[in-house]
Amino acid sequence: MNKIKSFIIAIYAFAGSMMLTGCEHLVLIQSKGEIGQDERDLIFTALFLMLLVVIPVIIMTVVFAYRYRASNTKATYDPHFHHSNKIEVAIWGIPIIIVGILGIIIWKTTHKLDPYRPLEHENKPVVVQVVALDWKWLFIYPDHNVATINYLELPVNTPVQFKVTADAPMNSFMIPQLGGQIYAMAGMQTQLHLIASEEGIYDGRGYGFSGAGFNGMHFKAHVVSQDEFDNWVNQTKSSPELTTDVYKQLVQPSEYVQPQFFGSVSNNLFDDIMMKFMMPGMEDMSSMSSN
Amino acid sequence: MTAQSINHHSDHHHDHDAEARSKVLFGFWIYIMSDLIIFSCLFASYVVLHTHTFGGPAGKDLFDLNYVMIETFLLLTSSFTYGLAMLAEQKDKKSQVLGWLFVTFLLGAGFIGMEINEFHHLITEGYGPSHSAFLSAFFGLVGTHGLHVTCGLIWMVMMMIQVARFGLTPMVSRKLACLSLFWHFLDIVWIFVFTVVYLMGVM
Amino acid sequence: MIDFLGRLNWDAIPIHEPPAIIAGGGMVGGALLAVLLVTYFKKWGYLWREWFTSVDHKKIGVMYIIVAIIMLLRGFADAALMRTQQAISVGSNYGFLPPDHYDQIFTAHGVIMIFFVAMPLVIGLMNIVVPLQIGARDVAFPYLNSLSFWLFMIGVVLVMLSLIVGSFAQTGWVAYAPLSENQFSPGVGMDYYIWSLQISGIGTTISGINFFVTILKMRCPGMTLMKMPVFTWTALCSNILIIISFPMLTAAIAMLTLDRYLDFHFFTNEFGGDPMLYVNLIWAWGHPEVYILVLPVFGVFSEVTSTFSRKTLFGYATMVYATAAITILSFIVWLHHFFTMGAGANVNAFFGIATTIIAIPTGVKIFNWLFTMYRGRITFTAPMYFTIGFIITFSVGGMTGVLLAVPGADFVLHNSLFVIAHFHNVIIGGVVFGVMAGLTFWCPKAFGFKMNEKFGKLSFWFWLVGFYIAFMPLYVLGFMGATRRLSHYDASTGWHPLFVIAFIGMLIIAVGIGFQVLQIVVSVWKAKENQDYTGDPWDGRTLEWSTMSPPPFYNFAHVPHVDSLEPWWDHKHGKKIFPENKPYEAIHMPKNTGIGVLIGLFGFFLGFGLIWYIWWLVIASGIGIFACIVARSFDQDIDYWVSAEEVERVEKELSLRREKA
Repeated sequence: MNKIKSFIIAIYAFAGSMMLTGCEHLVLIQSKGEIGQDERDLIFTALFLMLLVVIPVIIMTVVFAYRYRASNTKATYDPHFHHSNKIEVAIWGIPIIIVGILGIIIWKTTHKLDPYRPLEHENKPVVVQVVALDWKWLFIYPDHNVATINYLELPVNTPVQFKVTADAPMNSFMIPQLGGQIYAMAGMQTQLHLIASEEGIYDGRGYGFSGAGFNGMHFKAHVVSQDEFDNWVNQTKSSPELTTDVYKQLVQPSEYVQPQFFGSVSNNLFDDIMMKFMMPGMEDMSSMSSN
Repeated sequence: MTAQSINHHSDHHHDHDAEARSKVLFGFWIYIMSDLIIFSCLFASYVVLHTHTFGGPAGKDLFDLNYVMIETFLLLTSSFTYGLAMLAEQKDKKSQVLGWLFVTFLLGAGFIGMEINEFHHLITEGYGPSHSAFLSAFFGLVGTHGLHVTCGLIWMVMMMIQVARFGLTPMVSRKLACLSLFWHFLDIVWIFVFTVVYLMGVM
Repeated sequence: MIDFLGRLNWDAIPIHEPPAIIAGGGMVGGALLAVLLVTYFKKWGYLWREWFTSVDHKKIGVMYIIVAIIMLLRGFADAALMRTQQAISVGSNYGFLPPDHYDQIFTAHGVIMIFFVAMPLVIGLMNIVVPLQIGARDVAFPYLNSLSFWLFMIGVVLVMLSLIVGSFAQTGWVAYAPLSENQFSPGVGMDYYIWSLQISGIGTTISGINFFVTILKMRCPGMTLMKMPVFTWTALCSNILIIISFPMLTAAIAMLTLDRYLDFHFFTNEFGGDPMLYVNLIWAWGHPEVYILVLPVFGVFSEVTSTFSRKTLFGYATMVYATAAITILSFIVWLHHFFTMGAGANVNAFFGIATTIIAIPTGVKIFNWLFTMYRGRITFTAPMYFTIGFIITFSVGGMTGVLLAVPGADFVLHNSLFVIAHFHNVIIGGVVFGVMAGLTFWCPKAFGFKMNEKFGKLSFWFWLVGFYIAFMPLYVLGFMGATRRLSHYDASTGWHPLFVIAFIGMLIIAVGIGFQVLQIVVSVWKAKENQDYTGDPWDGRTLEWSTMSPPPFYNFAHVPHVDSLEPWWDHKHGKKIFPENKPYEAIHMPKNTGIGVLIGLFGFFLGFGLIWYIWWLVIASGIGIFACIVARSFDQDIDYWVSAEEVERVEKELSLRREKA
């Protein structure tokens, strides 16, 4: 009886908690951008396809187990039934068809949702350079010459091109409500193209475990109108400069870092951060101080 | 025990030796296959990392093909002399086996000596494995091969002692066959090292 | 003195960390108690002669399983700590585990559950069952089998020791570089990880070779490959995977070791190293590894379903082809563990499709089990419960696995708790349920008595219900953006209620494990009542059931001659596989040896010395290992003949027991 009771309690608790928390926390379902929405729809399409097999399997398991129980002497007993061409064709054929359809979907969507693919849109994309540090995110807006720590401001309905690297252990950059993630790796640059279709504040965080301060490596992405974005850039311009010394401070491990803003940045900072892992003599980022 | 049962027993022993030899050799083959996968990983790493010189020297700046040719010659010859040892073993000529094993050992030791000298030279020049990912991969791959050859040499000493002490018993013969597989295997791996690391590195 | 002990000093004892010291204290206490009990009952000699130095595959198998069950308790304790921490560490409450401790726990949990629970359970089952199923008297290399076990034990002891001397890795169970490099993980934790996995991994490779040769070379006359029992088939494929994949682990860890100890730069951020190379290598091993675990339990389910449905397995040939297909495919899918590294769409799509293709043979297997039940006469024993629980649970887990193989879906689900839910779904629903079914099924063969059914079934229900309550919320949490490996989160995320439900699920699983322990205790307690005198308690179909329970040390007095897939079933129905009235013959058997134990002991000191930079200990134990190998190599007295008279005496004794039943 225990098991039944605990089952019922759990179901109530589950349903209750779902109602309490509401659906707004299901960030992968509450997508606010084209990429995120496509990825969500893909999940449901794939699940639906697979349920076509999984649900019958579960039903068959229960029915067969019940019907052919030893005490049910009325059921047919055929101890030599161990081969049937018809069944063999069906049990190979059905999974092959489903996986075949899924394969086509995978091929198409993987190309469509390729994080490197620039999004076609009338608005010119905003470029954001992302650096994973221990344990915070540095965002550089090269076209606007501003930078932030653990804070993103993005214009709505405008493609964003993220260029991602790391000056710390590997991490993974994601804003779940806008779409998928991409790794941040030292000495390498990855890309991620996203777009937000609705204004709002969205959670973003590091998804690849990177050590003791990993818990606090999150930020808010503020999606605002173009005007507000321009305002924000102008306001940020008055913030202090991101100098070599400041960057050297930032590289030092720190946890739960509050947003910081920088009014100007060296043009080459992002490239220098990557280059120092490829060539000797770049560790002190000498080229940056010359700018 | 009757004469019949003794005969019966020795038949059993004979069967058992043949069976043990076939199991051991087969098992050793499989071991070599799995060792080959370790080498494959090291080769793959080398291929990935050989351009990652971090501004330091690349293969063509460091390798002396003539020197490596002599190393190669030593190792290939040692494989040949090991073959002669195995031929002698099949003819049941114990002293010849010992002689060829000794020659093989000297050639192998010469190879290792030259390799240590090469490594020593590189490290004193300042191009040790810490210098760049390329050099790490180089030392990792070539060093692992060298370590295998060294183990082979130690094993060979053990086998010489066993041949001298036990004679060419089924057990000793089985082990000689395993070492033979191991030694030729290292030869083949070296041919790949020579091609991938040295020849392609210099080109 | 400082030099003498390398990095080791009193600071290594974690007195300031209450949870560690409690766990460590419990462990040391338990070990001391065991030592005291053995001493009190004067059993050291018995243990040494009959178990530690034994080369008998059945005894080695039993030792693997006992150690694995103890380690299951440790691994589960880690899980309980994590679930508790995540259930309370929200908002202003930071829980009771600081990140550096929590990170050790999830790393240890993964490492222990895979390497020191699942692997030894599977290898232990293979040890007990495979030689019996193929009509062999032992494995191909009995001494190496003992050595494998003791190398595995080094790993176990090192991991356990890290609780009270030093610390364990804080990197996650696959220890991605560069986080696992000196720069970011300077302490001994990573070194414990490296040496426990490296040494036990070598033991696993040796096991793989051993069983591969055993299965291919030692089958009894008439047992062609396509007449091999399905469990042996899956064991064969599993061992092929071990032989091919474990060297990759060895190589990857060796390179990481060079990075950490000799300042190489294979995987560092600096000097041109390539961390993604490590990630590729570790998953080139890691993906086949999951099939190493799951294929043999597929074999278990096949045997169990067929026996308890009292029917020949449906689609034997299909089952074999499906197993072989999975074996091959498992090597071309590893990249699905990091679709998000920024490989091109073609590469991602290829690996995504390759992964989904594995669903075809797996699906076929599930249908085969269903059609084995179809038109059967199913007896609902505990193993059958686990099998039915498996088919349902594994179907769900397989589905979410295929979902993760779709790159576009993985972009958002990767690194989230959805992934955790998925692989626990297949590992608990597959490997754990399968091993439980297998242990209950073959327990009479290994020990001579049947497991208690009542507690077995109770344990099943709590495991099943507990699993769903503990892990379904994790799927949802994945959709809520919850990342894996977090020890603290904000209340605004809305994750808290679900973590609390998962915590309740963990408690239910704990009850299930409690019933398992109770089941073992009661079964041993009442062993006499549940004794199996027939050797064939389930009306079995394959050769292992033709022997007594437990079998004599030489397994078969007469080697069987078979010419069908279910030789023992056919034997019982008139098609004889054993010669009648044939005189017994002398049997050739290996002698026990203590070399495996000694190498294990020296290997432990070697590992310990390397972890703590105690170089004299490294050299001394290295010499010790070398001396052991040489001693073994020069030993001419490694086997003996059991005389025909002795065989006759043992067989008489056994048939007396049989008659008593």
